[in-house]
Amino acid sequence: MIAIVDYGAGNIRSVKKALEHLGVEAQVTADPQVIAAAEKIVMPGVGHFCRCDVLNKNLRESILGAISRGVPFLGICVGMQWLFGGSTEAPETCGANLFPGECSRFPAEVKSPHVGWNRIHIHNGSKLMRGVENGAFVYYTHSYRAPVVTETIASTEYGGVFSAAVENGNVFGVQFHPEKSGPTGLKILENFCGL
Amino acid sequence: MASEQLTKRIIACLDVDAGRVVKGVQFQQLRDAGDPAELALLHAEAGADEIVLLDITATSEGRKTLVDTVRRAAKHLFIPFTVGGGIRSLQDAGSIFDAGADKITINSAALANPALIEEIASRFGSQAVIVAIDVKRGEADAPEAEVCVAGGRKPTGRKTLEWAREAERRGAGEILLTSMDRDGTKLGFDCELTAAVAETVSIPVIASGGAGNATHFVEVFQHGKADAALAASIFHFGTHAVAELKQTLLQAGIPMRWPC
Repeated sequence: MIAIVDYGAGNIRSVKKALEHLGVEAQVTADPQVIAAAEKIVMPGVGHFCRCDVLNKNLRESILGAISRGVPFLGICVGMQWLFGGSTEAPETCGANLFPGECSRFPAEVKSPHVGWNRIHIHNGSKLMRGVENGAFVYYTHSYRAPVVTETIASTEYGGVFSAAVENGNVFGVQFHPEKSGPTGLKILENFCGL
Repeated sequence: MASEQLTKRIIACLDVDAGRVVKGVQFQQLRDAGDPAELALLHAEAGADEIVLLDITATSEGRKTLVDTVRRAAKHLFIPFTVGGGIRSLQDAGSIFDAGADKITINSAALANPALIEEIASRFGSQAVIVAIDVKRGEADAPEAEVCVAGGRKPTGRKTLEWAREAERRGAGEILLTSMDRDGTKLGFDCELTAAVAETVSIPVIASGGAGNATHFVEVFQHGKADAALAASIFHFGTHAVAELKQTLLQAGIPMRWPC
């Protein structure tokens, strides 16, 4: 069973729907015990980074505990940003600090939010991106983005280069919405479910 | 470099009345030519970047049908899905999101109660709130164009640019701008009006009203500075229409998601 972490952020149903479409059992939950017992964890999220306060308060330990036991974790959008140190969107809210650096707003010379379909440039050797074509299009909707780090496995160009996806062992994050990115997105979710 | 750009979006719109698509629909492989769920999926497979479902039903019975329609359409749709028409409260919006929509559009309810934009945006996020603005400008200059409601019949006294700015400030994630002068004419989008709004706000602007051929889309992206363009009837002439349109746009140097 895959636990979909419910911490009051949006797009939870569409993630569940996509997993069901792939034939995977998924449960939306805010219960630390359910999360601790899950085979895999997906943390969706759209909206403001401060929503992570709720998460940090109630679920941080069970999620980080599962990650340290090797349970595969996928953060989507704000769920990926949470894996970094934090975000200038809500400086008081901590991230998990599993990837270095902090998320920041797009520069003023590009329209913000970044809404729509853009390409991902995939680095070799990613488990999450297996079978996904380099340059494939994915759907984005966000105003803050994560820096490119050693663990970046895919990047996108918009007002500079940012991390489209990160991967380190059993921890994965995608800034785009795989549940809204057509066949490409479903392939990425399928890769995660098959880990 | 074209390959490094955010693509312009082509949005297929389904006008739905009491659970049935009502504009001329000619998909040949459909068992049921008027089923929005089936049509939405076909448009997605044909290459549409997003699907918008606009409910034109006025009855409360029809409203209940809408939620069911949205649920069925959303079930196998894995591209952004927007629903509009008759959403008047946070509760209305909530039931549409519950049924599987990613975004909602609000129009006259936002004009009557602009705080509704903030209410929905703070609960569901700005990315989920599209403020639809219907404009009838006649001979007026774009900055003087007036917002109207009730299918263009009722002027509101609000100026388009000022209302677009307010909608953005209150938390709208996108603007859906419809030219009522052009709607249904197939004479092309109102590029002047679209550009005026696109230059006023920093959120994406979806142009609507007047699409008749591929050149109209080239114009609205190049001169109208639109981020996305929406059309209904021109996509209903066959599943290849979106593919052909996207190829024409690519040849004109407009970044498109293609192949999908």
